[in-house]
Amino acid sequence: MNIPLRDPNVVMKLSRLGSFHQSRLSFLRSFLREFKDWDYKRDLFELNEKGYGTAVFSFKKKNRVYSLICFANELDENERSDRVIATKWDTAFTLFDGAPTKLDIERLKNEVPKQEFGRLSYKELTLSRANKSVRVFNHVVESLSNGVQPDKELLAKVGYLYRTTAVYGSGKFGLADRFRIKNREEIYGPFRLEMMLVYLVRQFTFDQVNHVAKNRNPKRAVNLDPEICKSLGIGNSTGLGMAPFIVNHPTLLNNWIYAREVSLKKIREIKNVVINESNLFKDCLKKSIKHVTSWNTESEYQINKIKSLLKDLNQFILFLDNEFDFNQEHPFNKLYEHLEEKYEEECVEYVVSMMMEPYENIVAPLIKEMSSEEDKYFNIPTERTVLELKTIIENKYSEILKIDFKKKENNLNFWFISKNKEEPRLANRFDENGCDLEQPLAIARDIKKLYENLLVSKKKLTIAMFLSNNADLRHVVRRAFIVEKFPYSEIQDNTIGQEIVPIDMLRLKLSFFGALKFDPRSDKWLRICMFQGAPLPEQLKNYDEHWVYN
Amino acid sequence: MKSLSEIDTVSKRSSRAAGYSWGIAEEVGKNTRLLEIFSLPGIKNLNDFLNKKKNIKLENLKLITEDNSANNSQYCPVIAGVNFLDQIKTLENLNEIKFKKIAYPILFLPFVSRASEIVGKRIFLKLDEKEFLMSFNNCIHSNFSKKEIIEIAESVSIKILKNEDSFSENEWKELYKLSEETFVEENESLKNSGAGAGLTDND
Repeated sequence: MNIPLRDPNVVMKLSRLGSFHQSRLSFLRSFLREFKDWDYKRDLFELNEKGYGTAVFSFKKKNRVYSLICFANELDENERSDRVIATKWDTAFTLFDGAPTKLDIERLKNEVPKQEFGRLSYKELTLSRANKSVRVFNHVVESLSNGVQPDKELLAKVGYLYRTTAVYGSGKFGLADRFRIKNREEIYGPFRLEMMLVYLVRQFTFDQVNHVAKNRNPKRAVNLDPEICKSLGIGNSTGLGMAPFIVNHPTLLNNWIYAREVSLKKIREIKNVVINESNLFKDCLKKSIKHVTSWNTESEYQINKIKSLLKDLNQFILFLDNEFDFNQEHPFNKLYEHLEEKYEEECVEYVVSMMMEPYENIVAPLIKEMSSEEDKYFNIPTERTVLELKTIIENKYSEILKIDFKKKENNLNFWFISKNKEEPRLANRFDENGCDLEQPLAIARDIKKLYENLLVSKKKLTIAMFLSNNADLRHVVRRAFIVEKFPYSEIQDNTIGQEIVPIDMLRLKLSFFGALKFDPRSDKWLRICMFQGAPLPEQLKNYDEHWVYN
Repeated sequence: MKSLSEIDTVSKRSSRAAGYSWGIAEEVGKNTRLLEIFSLPGIKNLNDFLNKKKNIKLENLKLITEDNSANNSQYCPVIAGVNFLDQIKTLENLNEIKFKKIAYPILFLPFVSRASEIVGKRIFLKLDEKEFLMSFNNCIHSNFSKKEIIEIAESVSIKILKNEDSFSENEWKELYKLSEETFVEENESLKNSGAGAGLTDND
C-alpha cells in the first residue's frame, strides 16, 4: 500500500503548523539519544554562599569536549526582565568548544554577561542567558535549607527554576560559524548544540539551588530530590525572532517537515502492527494526557485550544479502547483517516506525534536528514523559462494565488527589524511608520506579484532576461525554484494578513525543539518548558526513550 | 573577529539600505562572505562603494555582450555582476568578454567566481594589471594580495577557459606507468579465481 505524503497545501497552513507537538523527531530528544554515552562532568563550581560565581560542566567523548561555562551574577529585583530589551540577567552562559583555560574563562567573564553587546570568538558555539523564577527558586532554597523538599504542586505549576530568554548560535556576535563544526557526526541534526546548552543549564540550576540552600543552613540542608529535579525543566520566553528564521531557511524548514511527513507515511503504510507497538502507542497517548491537564496558561486563545484538544483526545481514547481493532490491516492509516474526519487539527497533529513513539527504526534514520545546506540551493537556474516558473507557481502556490492582496485585510501588517534591539517585529502598515523598510517576509504577496508579472511576459523568455527587468522580485524567484525541489519549504499562508497569529510560527519551531506547555503571553510571544521529565546527566547511560510521558 | 554569518547579514542589510532589491542584496551578502573567505577585501570595498554610491554616476549593465563600454560613466559592479552570473550560460561560448570601466571591481569578482562553478570551467579575470584565476568557486589565484580599495577598473577582461589538462600526455603516461606498480600480475590461476566470473563466462 502506497500512502502519498500529505499535501503541503494542508500541512503548511499556519493553523496546522501552529498545532504541531513534540515527537521522537524533536531536537532535545535526539540530542539526548546522541549524547547518552558521552561522559558528563562538573569541572568547576566556584560559587559564593549566595550562588554567584563561575561554573563549568562538560560532555566528553574520546578527544571531543564541549563545555558549558556559567556566570551567575547578583541582579537587582528591578533589573530582572524576560523581555528582549533587558540588559542584565541572573545568569549568562556559553558553550565552549573544548576545555576552556583560565584565560578563556577570564576573557568570557567580561563578554558573556553582556550578551548581544559582548564579543564572542570562534571557540564559542552558543550563547544564552536566564532569569530565575524568583518565587520558585526562593521557595526551593527555603525548603531545602530547612531540611524538607519543596511543594511539588507549586513546582509542577511552574515547571522550572530558571527560564532562558534567548539562545544564540551560528555566528551571532562572533560565535563560531556553522561551517567550522558541521562535519562533526554528533551534531548532525539541527540545533544540537543549542539543546546541549539548555540541558546543561538545567543541571546548573539544580546544583546552584542545592549550593545556596547548603550555605544558608549547612547543618540541616538537604539536596533537591533527584526525582523532583527530573520533573523540572528549563523555561523559555520566546518572541518574534523565531518567525523570520523559518521563512529565511526554506530548505531547513522543508527537511524538518519532510522528516515528519515521511515518518507518518511509513507508519500509515505498516500492514500489520504487532501488539507491543500498538500498546506502546496507546500507553504514551494515555500518559501524555497529564501534560494537557497540567498545561497552565492565562491565554484565552490557548485555553480554548487546550479545551478542544482535551475533549478530542478523551473521545479518541474512548474510540481506541472500545471501537478500534489494531488487528486489521494498515491500522494506523485507518486511525489517521478517522482523525482527519472527526477531530480538530490540534488533536490530529498530537496523535501523529504519538504514532512515532513505537517506531525508532522509522524515525531515527530521518533525524540525520533534518539539517540543511541552504547555500547549495542559493543560485537561481536562470537558463529556465518564464513558462516553467509560471507552471511551478501554479502547482506549488495554488492557495496563495487565491489571496487578493489589494484588500486591506490581506496586506495589513509588515515585518521589520527594530533599531534598538535588532529583533524582528510585526506592525500595522496603515497605523505605524516604517513599512518602507519592510523585511522580505511577505512571501505570499510577493509570489502573487511575481505571478502577475510572469503572466505578461513572453513564455520563452529566460529567467536571466526576466530578472534583468524584475530585480525587485529576485528573492521570490529564488524561493519558487527552491519549492519546486522542496515541497515543504514554504508556509502556504499569508504572513501579513489581519488574521495572522504569529505564535503559530513560533510553535512550529518550538515543537521541533521538543518544547511542552506553550503558554502564549500575547499573540507575539510565549513561554515554554524544555527537558521537563528528562533524565539527569548521571542517568543518561540508561534511560527510557519515552521519558516525556512518565 | 567577525563571523561569516555577521558579514553576510550586515552586507545584505547595508546593500538593501543603499537601494538594491532584497534579492540582489542577498547576492551581495553571499559575495562579501566569499571575498572574505578568499582573503580579499570584501567589506572594505563594499563599505566604500555603498558610502560613495550616490555620488558616482553608475550605469546598470543589463545585457552583457562581448564588448561592454559604459557611456561617460561606470558600470555598477553589483548589477553587472548579477547579470553576468544570470547570463553565464549564454556567455560561456564567447572567447573573451570585455568591459570598459567597472566601479569597485572587487565586488564584481565573486559573481565571476560563482559563474565558474555554474559552468564547470575555470575563468580568467583581468582588472587592469591585476589577474585572477577562478577555479569553480573553490579557490582564487591572483597576483593581487593587497587589502586595498579599488575604486575603478578601466579595462576588464574575462576569458572562460576550456577544460584542458595542465600537463603533457607524456607526463601523464609516465605517472600512469608508475601507478601500475601497485597492480598484481595475474597468472592463469588468478585469472580464473580472482574475478567474479566462473570458468565459463559465455552464457
